[in-house]
Amino acid sequence: MPDTQALVNDFLNKLKKRKIEGSQATAKQTAELLRSVISQTRVPYTNQAAALIQSVKAVGEGLIAANPVELAVGNVVRRVLHIIREEDLSLTTAAMAGLNLSAVSDDEDDVDGDNQPVLSAAAIAAASRSTLRPPSLQTLLEDVPDSAAVPHTSSSGGDSEGKSKSADKSSRSRKLKHDVIEAVNELIQDINTCHEQIAEQAVEHIHQNEVILTLGSSRTVLEFLCAAKEKKRSFRVFVAEGAPRYQGHLLAKELVTRGLQTTLITDSAIFAMISRVNMVIVGAHAVMANGGVIAPVGLNMVALAAQKHAVPFVVLAGSHKLCPLYPHHPEVLLNELRSPSELLDFGEFSDCLDFGSGIGAPLLHVVNPTFDYVPPKLVSLFITDTGGHNPSYIAEIYQLFVMSLRGEDMKFKSEIMKTNCIAGGNLVKS
Amino acid sequence: MDTRRVSSAVPRVRQVGFFTPNTPAHQPAPTRSQSGPPTSDSPPLSDSPASNSLSPVMIPPPRHLSDNLGGRAYALPVPGRGNAGEHATVGSYNPSESVLWLESPPRSRIGDEELSEGTESSLGWYRRSNSAKVASSLPSGGFDLSQVKQPESVAAVEAKNPLPEKSEAQKEQASNPKSLKAKTTKAERRALQESQRAAKAASKAEANKSNAPGGAASSKPMKQPPQKKDGPPVASSVAASERGVDRPVEKERKKDLPPPRMQFDDESRVDKAKRRSLLNQPEARNRVELFRHLPPHKNGSQLPYLESKFFELHEMHPSVYKVGLQYLTGDTSGGNARCIAMLQAFQEAIRDYSTPPEKTLNRDLTSKIGGFVSFLIECRPLSMSMGNAIRFLKSRIARLPLTLSESEAKAALCSDIDRFINEKIVLADKVILRHAATKIRDGDVLLTYGSSCVVEMILLYAHEIGKQFRVVVVDSRPMLEGQKQLRRLVAKGLSCTYTQLNAISYVMHEVTRVFLGASSIFSNGTVYSRVGTASVAMVAHAFHVPVLVCCEAYKFHERVQLDSICFNELGDPDAVSKVPGREDVNYLDNLTDKQKENLQLLNLKYDATPSDYISVIVTDYGMIPPTSVPVIVREYRKEYLLI
Repeated sequence: MPDTQALVNDFLNKLKKRKIEGSQATAKQTAELLRSVISQTRVPYTNQAAALIQSVKAVGEGLIAANPVELAVGNVVRRVLHIIREEDLSLTTAAMAGLNLSAVSDDEDDVDGDNQPVLSAAAIAAASRSTLRPPSLQTLLEDVPDSAAVPHTSSSGGDSEGKSKSADKSSRSRKLKHDVIEAVNELIQDINTCHEQIAEQAVEHIHQNEVILTLGSSRTVLEFLCAAKEKKRSFRVFVAEGAPRYQGHLLAKELVTRGLQTTLITDSAIFAMISRVNMVIVGAHAVMANGGVIAPVGLNMVALAAQKHAVPFVVLAGSHKLCPLYPHHPEVLLNELRSPSELLDFGEFSDCLDFGSGIGAPLLHVVNPTFDYVPPKLVSLFITDTGGHNPSYIAEIYQLFVMSLRGEDMKFKSEIMKTNCIAGGNLVKS
Repeated sequence: MDTRRVSSAVPRVRQVGFFTPNTPAHQPAPTRSQSGPPTSDSPPLSDSPASNSLSPVMIPPPRHLSDNLGGRAYALPVPGRGNAGEHATVGSYNPSESVLWLESPPRSRIGDEELSEGTESSLGWYRRSNSAKVASSLPSGGFDLSQVKQPESVAAVEAKNPLPEKSEAQKEQASNPKSLKAKTTKAERRALQESQRAAKAASKAEANKSNAPGGAASSKPMKQPPQKKDGPPVASSVAASERGVDRPVEKERKKDLPPPRMQFDDESRVDKAKRRSLLNQPEARNRVELFRHLPPHKNGSQLPYLESKFFELHEMHPSVYKVGLQYLTGDTSGGNARCIAMLQAFQEAIRDYSTPPEKTLNRDLTSKIGGFVSFLIECRPLSMSMGNAIRFLKSRIARLPLTLSESEAKAALCSDIDRFINEKIVLADKVILRHAATKIRDGDVLLTYGSSCVVEMILLYAHEIGKQFRVVVVDSRPMLEGQKQLRRLVAKGLSCTYTQLNAISYVMHEVTRVFLGASSIFSNGTVYSRVGTASVAMVAHAFHVPVLVCCEAYKFHERVQLDSICFNELGDPDAVSKVPGREDVNYLDNLTDKQKENLQLLNLKYDATPSDYISVIVTDYGMIPPTSVPVIVREYRKEYLLI
């Protein structure tokens, strides 16, 4: 337990200091952390699921609060909670069925077995329809009183107690934890491979001699383009540099190294060039429940320009970026202001600022936001690891997904809304 | 057809834009409203030196006024505003807002005295971008002259007609107003009739649109028929050429339909051009396919080569040479600064010019100027505004009467250049300032992009007259012109927010007005401006924020353009890959040759903003919608050729 705590604290610090770059890395590390939390959690004899949920939640809330803008953390926590419930549910139904009639239970088990590894939102929705609904009353009966009573004092004697009980029960408890960890492993696997799964679809979207525009750098986009290149498609890419982080330079270098015809342009030339572009392909930071996208800064401008010239605007997003929250004023609430030193050299304008005179308000503000919000109407297509989707369909998936989540999981929603605030405010350069 | 053209010597279309509402709330200087219709029977201009010799009635039969406008027309033929026609030529806005400030020092915030002494300083505006040595070394002789001529040209900015002639005519009219009618010829009457018709239509439209009583009326007096009387001796040449040349002008108009530009993917022509060229053309490596038709960027590395050639270029005047080098190194940038620098260099060259034996001044000087221009083009492609200025100068040279002696001709040309700078740039900017300032309200958040000297002047002027507002300066790589502007604004005490273009959607929420500069405005309403302007205008449009483009009318051009690719200018490609001041961004520093082969760097200088994103164009003729640009181009083009 203490080493988990150390891990958690370490990760919390990293999140707070924004040391982890990219939602994919964050999601992966979150899942790994939760896995170790689960494996370290001592499960009481009864109600293992509740205990697991309890500990995951405790850690998860801390993580989300550490970086409220990194929505991937919340997504993973929610997914892990969902996994625990699913596993618990399937074990319960299996046990119930085993007690009553074995023929039916086989059938149900198969369904479960199919569904567990596929963690897409669609599959979850399907799972919720096939398995969650019928026994929901029963699980509710089992769960609710426990979580209300919170028999949480089991710290030491869990194992010995478990031994004293019947063999059937103890195997069940071990099986739950084991299954959950298995499922979380698969989740991690999914997060790891989402690039490849998205990239596999590249050839279906990129044709010969296509001209593609992208802004900034995203590993998903890089792999997507390279996958098409490997399939012998020849096309050219315009890369907007994405000031003030200039990730576009990095992407341009990667693309050039892999032999793609690349043109690096400034962000200001986007409008001029987009009329000669066939498709805009960009990565996302997070995809919201309404199909809106939280994306690197500048993409709203690109999306508007693409719309003006009727150029398809395609967003690549792994499923860990799909977030069941509805954005409210996302440009401000889900944004983060970075250091002004990226725009102005330190001390450059100090002589222009006279705090002594006047009302003492600084004359100069520097705004350097990290993200942009692209409304769903500007997005033509989402390509996720489960295939391509319309923005409206993403919204629908969320409807199902959110419905499948329990009330407790949804608490994270309000958590996030509460903890969200602008990290920096308008930073003053002095 | 011919008669129509004759009548169009005086621009017929006056009301080409929005009229600033007459409500005093919008008027920063309450004194201006005094000259409006309500109190207009007190002659506001009588104290101004330029107009006190003029007598009241210069125009027209009250008959038309009454049948056009009914009661409110009587605001018009007010005696005191006898020469209002001249001033109201600014046209598209109402006289109460009009440029009377220029005429009456005590009433306006920038009076004549400041104006005349301000010429030097206001030219400093354009030169500001130059290095100090440039500014000090530039010829200042031209300005003395311009200062002398100041009072006259002040009025002349407004009156685009050859002023001396006209005012003389007015004096005559003044002495015997009744003889006016008797003397009108058939053509004049027709012109009068037509102008009345136009005014009627305009006033109807106006009446529907706004209730500014003086608005339509202002257009009235200007519909003065062209006077056929001979002007004073000074202007006689102008007048003579104007009349005599009327037909040739038509031919010329056809002729100077913009000739197709040099396309740099046409190899034979490029080769030819290279042989003529002074600079050795850099063999551009890896140019962007889409932009092969544009001349490659010439960077400052050409400088030593050119400098070494200085003594071989006999025919190149040193001042022109200097300006060319400044273009090449980027010391002089910004449309107005470049145009002024060029004109002054030409002025110097003309002063030092002497006609070689057996040649005529007109032809020889034109070809000489042509040589200068092609040298400047080699240094950096000309902007549209410079093209217009050159066209003006050439037409002046072509129109010089053969009877003039060489020194007279040179003096006339120099003063023409001065007048062009003064009227089309310096004073035009002052007019624009005042128009734009009416659109700034207390509490506004104004967004500006890059660095436009007109916009900067507007902001500073609005700050000066006590408006409370904030400024958002949006900047973009690689020029980062906004930083320089930011520094100047902050130094003047304006409250600023600085951000880069990518964050435009973030800041646009709080913005209430967007002010943009322009390099040129095409006659389809497309605004050709610093790259990135289109993005700003687009985002502003998406957020329903009004976009005001501030641009002097001499930058209007009759070309049309739809995209930013067919015509543009390429900057230094290496500026894209290098990010100064950021050591962590060095991904593109050490590429292998194979990698370099695949990588192209594109540094566009301009882009074309579609007219749908523009709410209004603020120009020296008033505030007009983008659809009215062709009207301005058509109606006023001739006149700037004839200044």
